[in-house]
Amino acid sequence: MIRIFHDTKFDFIKWWKVAAIATAAFIGLGVASFAVNSAVNYSIEFTGGTLMQLRFNEAPSVSELRSTVEGAGVGNPEIQQYGTNLEYTVRARDARDVETQAAGAEGVSKKIQAALNTKYGADKYEVVRTEAVGPKVGSELRSGAIKAMIIASLITLIYLAIRFDWRFGLAAVLATGHDILVTFAFIKLVHLEVSLTVVAAILTLLGYSSNDTIIIFDRVRENLRKQKRGESFREILNRSVNETLPRSVLTHATTLAATLALLLVAGEVIRPFAWVMFFGIFVATFSSIYVAGPLLMWIEHRFPRRGTSHADLAIRDKASTPADLAKRPAMVGTKVGR
Amino acid sequence: MANLKYRFLIIAGLLLASAWSLFPRTVVERVKRDGVFVMDTVRRVPLKQGLDLQGGMHMTLEVDESKQAVANKSEALDRALKVVRVRIDQFGVSEPVVQKVGDDRIIVELPGIDDPERAQALIQQAAFLEFQITDESGALEKSLSRLDEAAKNAGIRIAAQTAGGDTAASKSVTSLLTANDSTVRKDSANKGGVDAAKTAADSLKAALAAGGLFSSNIQQGRMPGEYIIADRAYEAIDSAMRTQSVRDAMPPAKVLRWGVDTGVTGQRYRTLYVLDTRPLITGADLIDAKPSTDPMQGNVVQFTLNNEGARRFKSETGKHVQDNMAIVLDQRVITAPVINEAIGRSGQITLGGGTLQAAQDLALVLRAGALPVPLKVSEVRTIGASLGEDSINKGVLALGIALALVVVIMISYYRFAGMLAVAGLALFLIYTLATLAGFDAVLTLPGLAGFVLSVGIAVDANVLIFERIREEMVHGKSMRLSIDEGFKHALSAIVDTSVATILSGAVLYQYGTGPVRGFAVTLIAGLFASLFTAIFVSKTLFMFWLSRARGNQTLSI
Repeated sequence: MIRIFHDTKFDFIKWWKVAAIATAAFIGLGVASFAVNSAVNYSIEFTGGTLMQLRFNEAPSVSELRSTVEGAGVGNPEIQQYGTNLEYTVRARDARDVETQAAGAEGVSKKIQAALNTKYGADKYEVVRTEAVGPKVGSELRSGAIKAMIIASLITLIYLAIRFDWRFGLAAVLATGHDILVTFAFIKLVHLEVSLTVVAAILTLLGYSSNDTIIIFDRVRENLRKQKRGESFREILNRSVNETLPRSVLTHATTLAATLALLLVAGEVIRPFAWVMFFGIFVATFSSIYVAGPLLMWIEHRFPRRGTSHADLAIRDKASTPADLAKRPAMVGTKVGR
Repeated sequence: MANLKYRFLIIAGLLLASAWSLFPRTVVERVKRDGVFVMDTVRRVPLKQGLDLQGGMHMTLEVDESKQAVANKSEALDRALKVVRVRIDQFGVSEPVVQKVGDDRIIVELPGIDDPERAQALIQQAAFLEFQITDESGALEKSLSRLDEAAKNAGIRIAAQTAGGDTAASKSVTSLLTANDSTVRKDSANKGGVDAAKTAADSLKAALAAGGLFSSNIQQGRMPGEYIIADRAYEAIDSAMRTQSVRDAMPPAKVLRWGVDTGVTGQRYRTLYVLDTRPLITGADLIDAKPSTDPMQGNVVQFTLNNEGARRFKSETGKHVQDNMAIVLDQRVITAPVINEAIGRSGQITLGGGTLQAAQDLALVLRAGALPVPLKVSEVRTIGASLGEDSINKGVLALGIALALVVVIMISYYRFAGMLAVAGLALFLIYTLATLAGFDAVLTLPGLAGFVLSVGIAVDANVLIFERIREEMVHGKSMRLSIDEGFKHALSAIVDTSVATILSGAVLYQYGTGPVRGFAVTLIAGLFASLFTAIFVSKTLFMFWLSRARGNQTLSI
């Protein structure tokens, strides 16, 4: 029987401060980046505008391509190589261009195509993909995505709150909120293109991350019921994380395997989705241990259950190594009631 | 033991149902052969692919109110929907989607088409057909000064770049006119018409000196009621024609209509017609139209009228023998042939050099009827078939890699139990796909990605159970008891995690569009399948192992 991380006694909770600083710094970095430059790389679906993916027979010069598109009357076209040097994406989403699309979304792409036909000839390239979104549809998709995120978060939160008692529920809720913030910071920092697919990834991540918290909390709850004599809440938390560690490692390994497969071979369209999931696996692991756990500990400390000694649930527990924990004398009246 | 038998029966039954719903079946449908859609029988797996995987076009249409406000949009859109649906059905693509979304949108999805522009033109064309007699009373000439005045008051002039070139331009228009005179087709102008045209041309020349927008840019055409305009004056006159004061300046019961673009070599010019406002008949009376090739006229569309229309058309054309009748489609004059005798039930529209495809498309839109309201495109996505195929290949490759990795991890870590988990995973894949096929769900690219991801997540339930069994064994419990306890304790966590993700998926489905909906559906289908395989299938396999195990034999986990 191969065992990894079996019967471990890592003191995870010891590092909660470092973890809190790290995650706060990361979120802070995201917020700072947003403050400096509030531009988020939204996809055409959200901004409105036109995206054309072109496949040329012979590699064109990018500057020539740009001037051709500009010659069609498009302001500030964004031109990017897409895979090989034969494929390029052209994005036109200057405010003026988007506005003209209100009268007919296809207008800009037709103009660009006409200019390309004159410049390169219709048989020298192929339009493999077009997305033309009018301003109205763009803003609707945007508000739809925001609504979806808020409602999904609320539903997850309500579910967690119902599923556990309020202490666990609140900790899980705050941890989930943290996950969303960290993911936003990540998206902002790496300038990932935010499309509906990325929103889907964020919501999937929401589910995936709360899974982790649920599993650890489930174990905490179970361990609370059969609390050992003299075991503090902090020890129970640590024990629960350690006991669920093999599961966490295995599950994250298989999910990571699937995510890597997506990231490496599934192509450009899926890549932003795969990046969010890739990042999310680490966030989920991190937050279920270092955010949900300490938060629960803090809540238990602030609002102790009946018959529980305060000292026992203190965050600043002096005994920080398993060896110390073992040495601690048994206390009376530490049974945590449910 | 009976319990185990029923469990296997349920699993096998579901597997059979899945196999049945996924089994390639023979269907008669439109398929593309050498670039055209034909009806044919094909065998295929009944799993629907989204547009992003098979290529095609997605369009969102709205009522266009830029020219005229529409009172009851929802109702107008319902009528437009019917027309669009008929047009699309006749256009012939496999499994098109035409549906109303909300109160103000129509979604059109055309899988596999590779001429999006043609499809769009076909959908958006108003296809309002009118037959109107051209003016012979010189109505335009009489009202030229009023028209000029109205245009001047509205501040409409020809764009600045042509200033100073007026005389040169009008000369060239004149020479163009004479060139045209010599090439007048016999069938398009009778003798009286040419005479009338000549006198009208004289009065026009007199008016030229006045220098108004209309008077200085309009030349008499080949027939009464037809005028020729230099291309440079087109935009100014067109915008003048849209202003109310210019419309009011026209004589009563007469309207100005542009001709369709003419393909004359050399200098471009436009034709403008003065027509009787009242049409003899409209396209509403038309019951059939079909394309045809006439040896003399080129490509034509032959139409047939209903009884009422035929009766009216016959009496009206009888009154106008030797007059020119303009065939006006969407306020543009296609042709204006001379009526040689009363026309009854059927006639034809000459396209004047149009392709056979143009004739086919025109016949199609005329058959389907006019759009009750103009539609505009608010969103359009096209994806080339090659890109879709590429996406499928990459997605399937990612699926294969993910599966291989997960199988290796599970078997190398859990050994025999890992194999049970892999068996469960195989069932998971089949059940998920079968659920998608059974509910007629659409597999999209994000859906495919979600499917790959769910392979990684699906084994989580097994991992939870296995880890729990291991723990119970460590605590010294018997194999049988450990397995029982393992399943019992892991259950609540498994259900919880699934419910949390299913809820997110449901919200995503509610608010997402096409591709993302596909993702949500795949996610939800996958979660139900994984719940079933982990809780029910795995347990059955363990129970089966236990029933065969001797004494205190241990399972490698």
